[in-house]
Amino acid sequence: MSEATISPLSTSARAGVLTYLAISALVFVLMMALGLLMRVGQADWLWMPPEIFYQVMTAHGAGMVGISGLAGSAVMWYFLRRYVDLTVGILWTNLALFLLGVVLILGGIFLGGFGGGWTFLFPLPSHGMGAWGNVGAACYLLGLMSIGVGFLLLYLDVARAIIGKYGSLAKGLGWPHLFGRSEDEPPPPTVVASTMVLIINTAGITAGAVVLALILVNLFVPTFAVDPLLTKNLTYFFGHVFINATIYQAVIAVYEILPTYTKRPWPSSRVFLAAWTASTIMVMSVYPHHLLMDFVMPTWALILGQVISYMSGIPILIVTAYNALTNVYRSGMRWDIVSGLLFLSIFGWGVGIIPAIIDATIAVNNVMHNTMWVPGHVHTYLIVGLVAMLFGFMYHVAGQNGATKAIDKLAFWVYAVAGMAFSFMFLLSGYASVPRRFAEHLPEWVEYSATSSIFAVLVLLAAAVFAVRFLTSLKTARMA
Amino acid sequence: MFQDTILLVTIVLMAVVVVVFVFIAINAGKESVDYGPVQAKAFGIRTGLFWVVVVGGVLITVITTLDLPYAATRGDAAEGAVKVQVEGRQWLWTLSQDSAAANDTVVFEVTAGDVNHGLGVYDPNMRLLGQTQAMPGYVNSLQITLSEPGTYKLLCLEFCGTAHHAMMSNFEVVDGSGQAAATDANEGRSG
Repeated sequence: MSEATISPLSTSARAGVLTYLAISALVFVLMMALGLLMRVGQADWLWMPPEIFYQVMTAHGAGMVGISGLAGSAVMWYFLRRYVDLTVGILWTNLALFLLGVVLILGGIFLGGFGGGWTFLFPLPSHGMGAWGNVGAACYLLGLMSIGVGFLLLYLDVARAIIGKYGSLAKGLGWPHLFGRSEDEPPPPTVVASTMVLIINTAGITAGAVVLALILVNLFVPTFAVDPLLTKNLTYFFGHVFINATIYQAVIAVYEILPTYTKRPWPSSRVFLAAWTASTIMVMSVYPHHLLMDFVMPTWALILGQVISYMSGIPILIVTAYNALTNVYRSGMRWDIVSGLLFLSIFGWGVGIIPAIIDATIAVNNVMHNTMWVPGHVHTYLIVGLVAMLFGFMYHVAGQNGATKAIDKLAFWVYAVAGMAFSFMFLLSGYASVPRRFAEHLPEWVEYSATSSIFAVLVLLAAAVFAVRFLTSLKTARMA
Repeated sequence: MFQDTILLVTIVLMAVVVVVFVFIAINAGKESVDYGPVQAKAFGIRTGLFWVVVVGGVLITVITTLDLPYAATRGDAAEGAVKVQVEGRQWLWTLSQDSAAANDTVVFEVTAGDVNHGLGVYDPNMRLLGQTQAMPGYVNSLQITLSEPGTYKLLCLEFCGTAHHAMMSNFEVVDGSGQAAATDANEGRSG
């Protein structure tokens, strides 16, 4: 039942996956360049008007979240179609809606002046104070909506395919094996992970669409009253679920590729299934940890945010990361750029969750929320975790397994060390109470940004090497 | 200082993860051994680790939730606390009074007149003492004891538009006792 049926990709599917990845590689580098621009601005090495800084910040945030979703979905689609029958047309439709969304978002930001942050917290979109107007804000919000609709179609197709093959989403999560005594082989990790992602992202994107629609109507009909606390809950539910789902999709690359190096199986054990079911529930219920400083929220919800944040470390650290380490230990595996980046990515995920969990402690959040501590754990998770995972997958697709060049090795070590150092500078800035999302920093904060900028340059250069190596290997990409 | 403890705990735990991954990475390429015994040993360790994490997590949760910063919002402010009404607007804070006496317990009753803001109270050394969100239609009450005399800063900690970074006001803490030292209502100034 769970046997992979590896048939050659159709030309259209191959082109689709490669297009997703090529766009992702380029945009990752571009988004890192925007990030560098902000750090350089905060370091006082480059002056830019605050409205431009906040436009760049909005593009950087929305761009990284969106492109991480696109690249993660490429990983999921590429491996999942070995087990179930996915629709290639939907893959392309998602891309078309994504690109339409990108055009609208970029137009809203750089032509319409929208600089309300990727979180677009209501009612900020209608309060541009001259920096942007309703049209710019609406373009941005419609762009997000377009991207959301595309992804929703993709996940509905994934749901159709998994239900068609396995019978239900519960079976896709392996519940008959987890809670019963099913004699059948459980679904493979790729199917389990994909089922989890489609469930959480369908819920998350739907919440996102609701809040976008509410804000869009309010933009043009201000008498249509919307509650700021309700919209904040919806926004953070959507945002938290979507960005987390990116790595839950991308980790499929680790499940599928790492065992080919270690020659050891990575089956869907009962612990594995329990971890993924737990993550399904926890990713959707942990979002109140973004609202710990909204004192009017019910106390039980805020304590739940702390408790579930603590619990969410268990499936990530004690199951996924632990299984990866067990699989690798004394396996005689060959190190190359693919296995190196995948291993690094699990490390980045595991080490990045620590400052995140600590920040979810209410007492800690009281002095760390919306300081640089937050981008500290976000960047550890994204740079050293997710993006490393995705570049590892790209090298794999590009057929670079075992063919690591000196430039790859150099880029790997620069990326790993500078990525950690860059992220750690954010944590140190948070320790020093430097606020996040400030276009201009006080003199005593500038040193942090200056040091950080140097590491940002190194991360950008290393990522550019990864991207160029992938893009120049596209023609010879081997895809099974 | 609380931030010192936070950073220390973070570094120690991150260092443990680094050491474990480096150890495994060093041993990954060594001659292959049979996977069965490796799994059996690893999963045995994991069971112990799981219970350490669970018990530790429960203890830390209990300890850290004994004193939550939400009491004043629930109508349970400290007796004798100085109440300061704060309204955030793009891009200034309006305060009902902009000073208090050293060692006063101050309750900042925070709301917003337009968009979301966040009130962060910084001590004279620019160290964040505490914060709460400022939201239209809601009042969040932040209770803080201001021990040292000096000029405290009120910064906006929720992104609120083009001059977000400039939304700073002073709050003076003066030597003296009780509310007598507090001045009349005074409007905060945009930074």
